Amino acid sequence: MYKSFLIKYGEIAIKGKNRYLFEEALVRQIRYALQFIEGEFQTRRAQGRIYVDALSEYDYDEVIGALTTVFGIVGICPVVLTEDKGFDALAKDVIQYLDQEYPDKNKTFKVRARRARKNYPMDSMELNAELGGKILDAFPEMKVDVHNPDILVCVEIREEINIYSKEIKGPGGMPIGANGKAMLLLSGGIDSPVAGYMIAKRGVAVDAVYFHAPPYTSERAKQKVIDLARILSKYAGPVQLHIVNFTDIQLSIYEHCPHAELTILMRRYMMRIAEHFALGQNCLGLITGESIGQVASQTLQSLAATNAVCNLPVYRPLIGFDKNEIIDISVKIDAYETSIQPFEDCCTIFVAKHPVTKPNLRVIERSEKKLEGMIEGLVKTALETVEIVTITAEESA
Amino acid sequence: MTVYLDNAATTRCCKSAAEYMMRLIMEDYGNPSSLHAMGVKAEEEVKTARKKIAKTLKAQEKEIVFTSGGTESNNLAILGSAQANRRAGNHIITTAIEHASVQQPMRYLEEQGFRVTYLPVDSHGILCHDALEEALDEDTILVSMMLVNNEIGSITPIDEAVRQIRNRCKHALIHADAIQAYGKMRLNPKKSGIDLLSASGHKIHGPKGSGFLYIKDKTKLSPILFGGGQQKGMRSGTENVPAIAGLGEAAVLAYENFDEKIDRMYGLREYFIQEASRIANVTINGSLGRESAPHIVSVSVEGVRSEVLLHSLEEKGIYISAGSACSSNKPSVSRTLEAIALRRDLLDSTVRFSFCETTTKEELDYTLDCMSEIIPFCRKFTRK
Repeated sequence: MYKSFLIKYGEIAIKGKNRYLFEEALVRQIRYALQFIEGEFQTRRAQGRIYVDALSEYDYDEVIGALTTVFGIVGICPVVLTEDKGFDALAKDVIQYLDQEYPDKNKTFKVRARRARKNYPMDSMELNAELGGKILDAFPEMKVDVHNPDILVCVEIREEINIYSKEIKGPGGMPIGANGKAMLLLSGGIDSPVAGYMIAKRGVAVDAVYFHAPPYTSERAKQKVIDLARILSKYAGPVQLHIVNFTDIQLSIYEHCPHAELTILMRRYMMRIAEHFALGQNCLGLITGESIGQVASQTLQSLAATNAVCNLPVYRPLIGFDKNEIIDISVKIDAYETSIQPFEDCCTIFVAKHPVTKPNLRVIERSEKKLEGMIEGLVKTALETVEIVTITAEESA
Repeated sequence: MTVYLDNAATTRCCKSAAEYMMRLIMEDYGNPSSLHAMGVKAEEEVKTARKKIAKTLKAQEKEIVFTSGGTESNNLAILGSAQANRRAGNHIITTAIEHASVQQPMRYLEEQGFRVTYLPVDSHGILCHDALEEALDEDTILVSMMLVNNEIGSITPIDEAVRQIRNRCKHALIHADAIQAYGKMRLNPKKSGIDLLSASGHKIHGPKGSGFLYIKDKTKLSPILFGGGQQKGMRSGTENVPAIAGLGEAAVLAYENFDEKIDRMYGLREYFIQEASRIANVTINGSLGRESAPHIVSVSVEGVRSEVLLHSLEEKGIYISAGSACSSNKPSVSRTLEAIALRRDLLDSTVRFSFCETTTKEELDYTLDCMSEIIPFCRKFTRK
């Protein structure tokens, strides 16, 4: 029955002079999300509001599903838009709307009318009272409850009249692109896609870097990361995924440095490489899925040791999260099933049985000295042989 | 150079079967149940394939039921005989090294209240006859055994097992999972005293999605699929005519020049084993010579994770299978390798090479060269 959806956005409405930038970003992201579902849609801004109009047949659940991936949307209201043909016609439309939307009339309601167009002959109070009366006449089972109604019938007099009563919760946050871009270190695990999602939620576009270690990690592990990037791109827009061959660097560290420090040293090189690509892509920071103490390389000492190689800020949105909390989000964004596929990633293959948990930066730096003269060439090769894939969300089947 | 040594996983469909199938997909695409000429033609194709397969087993045509493949054949044999004979008894015997398509239906039957005995095997993967003797009782309605183990190639001494079973249980059904054996051994279920025998098309250069179950005449078996009553009600569903025809064609070819081909494969197997054993700390699992199937070699490489070896060989264009994938997030140790009591540290260091009739000595030499190069390198970098 609905031809249009009224998009409500919270935070971005208060951004003063930048408001139009945020609105444009939101409209762009809505269009991005809708291109993957069947049907033709028009997204337009009108009088400080955003509407999505369906220009063809469409699947209601698909549209809601797509819109709830768009950061910046606070609520989605399926809305009936009508022309102003006088009060009697309006009352008829409202009654017809309620009749279709609520087959069970045994409900309480309240009318909330607003006049954006002040030349309308009735004011809001009059509209509330008159429409309420008409509804009661039409459906005697319905009762008025002004404090806690089951149905809040919103009638807004604008250029067109808006009738709606339902609001589906959006994901909140800010539209992608409103706050620059950052580079995510994406592994095949549970945490990093969630970290990317969290930062994207604040309006940040995301690119990603993945460290591939053939033959120690398989093509399937790589495919899994591509699949995760695709899930992320559903929310974050197109992702430039940088696939770096890390094998030789890893083997070189393995050969020349204390085994207990392998993971820390590896992660330092990963950060350096990620930062290199971040700067090349105009990213303003790095994103990792680290959470304090989750594994040996994520103690405060270890984080300090890996952090020391970067100049860009490193954003760690999961830093205070427990694993269960991370899993909850992973499930919510549909990444969990993919994340738990059992393919080895490059962090786990050579991991020491007893890795250092409290690395001393001086000691780590001394170990790294042993690699001088060899590692630079390997890093250079890794940077030069990077494979960059642009990942966008797929059209739904 | 591309060397495909994963023929126990699947084989390339042979050209004559593929071309035959193409005709049946694009031109003679009738439904065998249709009354018109196109239906009759399709029915003829199914009959022809049935005849060809029956001939390879010295069986009657009516004893062959076409299925969607090995898994369905095994499920039909096991679930169908349990269902049809549940009044006769409640006990089923199988072995510890069966394929998942036997093991999982057994687990399901256990949930349904059947008692299932899983027989142990020796270090070569050969059934323990004493254990079989002990397991048999008057309640036994089905004994299901694989003829050739898919991971290590061991051959079950079926004739002796059948004799043992018949001595104790006249009426128990005997099912042989011959999915890795069909086309690699001469099989005569009637002579061997086997009631049910499963085979799959894509292991013998036929198409995927094809297979059959041999059901000895007058065997009590219930169907597991219900519908239009095709194949005398034993397997409802429109016959997959192209796949069936392709399977028939592949079956004929598999048993053409049979002794010559099999001798050659045994020769290559022996050569490969001999040369691979020269690499330090490399051991062969299962039996040597004719005690094993001609196409499967299970190799344990101490100190090298199977997946790493697999991907390293893959980089050289060589495709093999990891005996048992044991990754950090999901330990899935092979039941077969555990059952033959392989050393724990080798469970995750075992790979499978599997040949076909077109495998050449040159391909094996190249593979051996690559192994000699890769294995010492991999051993330098292991998890400490």
